[in-house]
Amino acid sequence: MITEIAPAPGRAAAEPARPRGRRRRAWDQVPRWQIYLPLSLYLLFTLIPFYWILLFALRPAGSTSLVPWPLTFEHFEKVWIDRSFGVYFRNSVLVGVSTLVLTTLVALAGGYALARFDFRAKRGFMLALLCSQFVPGALLLVPLFQIFASLKMINSLGSVIIAETVFQLPLSMILISGFIRNVPPSLEEAAWVDGCGRLAAFRIVVLPLLRPGLVAVGSFAFVHAWNHFLFALMFLSEQGKQTIPVGLNTLMSADSVDLGALAAGGIVAAVPVVIVFAFIQKWLITGFSAGAVKG
Amino acid sequence: MAQAAAVADPPAPPRRRRVSATPRRLPYLLIAPAALLMLGFIAYPVLSVFYYSLRDYNPTKPWRNGWAGLDNFVHAFTQDPQFRDSLVFSAQWVVVEVGLQLVFGLALALIVNQTFVGRALGRALVFSPWAVSGVLTSVIWVLLYNSQTGITRYLADLGVGSYGTSWLSDTSTVFPAAVVADLWRGVPFFAILILADLQSVSKDLYEAAEVDGASRLQKFRHITLPHLKDAIVLSTLLRAVWEFNNVDLLYTLTGGGPAGETTTLPLYVANTSVDAHDFGYASALTTVAFVILLFCSIVYLRLSKFGGEK
Repeated sequence: MITEIAPAPGRAAAEPARPRGRRRRAWDQVPRWQIYLPLSLYLLFTLIPFYWILLFALRPAGSTSLVPWPLTFEHFEKVWIDRSFGVYFRNSVLVGVSTLVLTTLVALAGGYALARFDFRAKRGFMLALLCSQFVPGALLLVPLFQIFASLKMINSLGSVIIAETVFQLPLSMILISGFIRNVPPSLEEAAWVDGCGRLAAFRIVVLPLLRPGLVAVGSFAFVHAWNHFLFALMFLSEQGKQTIPVGLNTLMSADSVDLGALAAGGIVAAVPVVIVFAFIQKWLITGFSAGAVKG
Repeated sequence: MAQAAAVADPPAPPRRRRVSATPRRLPYLLIAPAALLMLGFIAYPVLSVFYYSLRDYNPTKPWRNGWAGLDNFVHAFTQDPQFRDSLVFSAQWVVVEVGLQLVFGLALALIVNQTFVGRALGRALVFSPWAVSGVLTSVIWVLLYNSQTGITRYLADLGVGSYGTSWLSDTSTVFPAAVVADLWRGVPFFAILILADLQSVSKDLYEAAEVDGASRLQKFRHITLPHLKDAIVLSTLLRAVWEFNNVDLLYTLTGGGPAGETTTLPLYVANTSVDAHDFGYASALTTVAFVILLFCSIVYLRLSKFGGEK
């Protein structure tokens, strides 16, 4: 939204000074069809799959109609109760929210240190952060499994929460330290002069300015933990402990796949993510572009 | 290193008086939780992978466990055709996916960066698959590709193809079918990053170019593209690593099949360790994957002179 408003004032101010006609705006040169035609084609490609899953979730089993009519919610009932997606949903929420909180707190502390201090281990730590982004969690399944087994954390949601947090941390911390660097240190110093301690100054002055960035990082962590599959598959084998992606995989790998239930389960998996994104979309773009300024 | 050793910021007078919270130790306290988590759950596992890659280690065959030296690696490169196939397929998968995602993502970003009626809605819809997980992507495309009530049925109704076609279980169609499914989710990633970077192109440059009578293509080539270069390099690299590593989609969509046709190296590693419990050999394969990732990243950053000469 910001991006739509931003260019206007500058232009308006510059306009009267120059002869008319020479200053055609950049977007006036693009014929409309060159925007709408490729965009519509791409939208078809994007939206048909979404329509397809809605169609399968809402039409009766065995129907081949291309409109979801007569409307039915039998698949949702079946998947929520018979296939225990209600339980999976609760577990996924626990994993997602815990990962969000843990990642944001730990990354905030570390990010602040990276942004505001010069210390001996800083370079090494930054390098470790960058390198760890290239370490694939999928390839560490076996050692991670052994670690969690020795901690007696297999079949506990804690194992997945820790694993998701650890792999979210590097990027989150790099982004957050970028956000903090964008806040002028003089603001904080002014608060110190006024008698605030470092923590109070941070909470009162810096934290409110970080909100868009934190929303972006936190929601990213939540969505990632919500969506991620492999850790949960490996570390949670007990049925009542599994998360939604694992439940979906179970439905998909059945001998004869119940397509209606699968579609309904998929929609159950998508709803929280859709809600999160609907709320934060505006903050997400500003948050990420703010972080990109000084990575 | 020398500058890094110099302690703390230039001491601002207020800080000396006000903030007594041992500034020397404070940064270490702040990074401690992150550092401990990463040591325990990234560094230690990586080191143990290196260690086990030099051993025979299989919990189901404990009598064979022991030091193996480089045997695992020798075996991988000389006697394991599946390993070679998985490497080839990984390369194919990464190049095709990242290449197509970059092209479509760039085009899409340029389009939705224009001003037009319905832009906000257009952006939201076009970007929406980005948030869809690998598993959910598989669910959606399994529904689309299923042989009974999938898209092929309706195509056959129109006289295209034949009934009962299953693109995912036919070795000649499984690759494009999986590529399209992953593109659906991957293109918005590039589009979002490039769009964010497009916001910071200086408008003055375009105006200057317009005064000089530059065409749209010239403006794209000489202003937009150079500006986007860093973002493109970085997102391409990140995406390539991600596509190489990610197993969610292929694991659930094709399971690496049919007939091992879509098994990437990480998928092969997962199968080797999860199904065959051959942890030593899986660790050796993982080590190979690390080396490949590291090498490709360095070469790529060098070639593209990332961030310009400094």
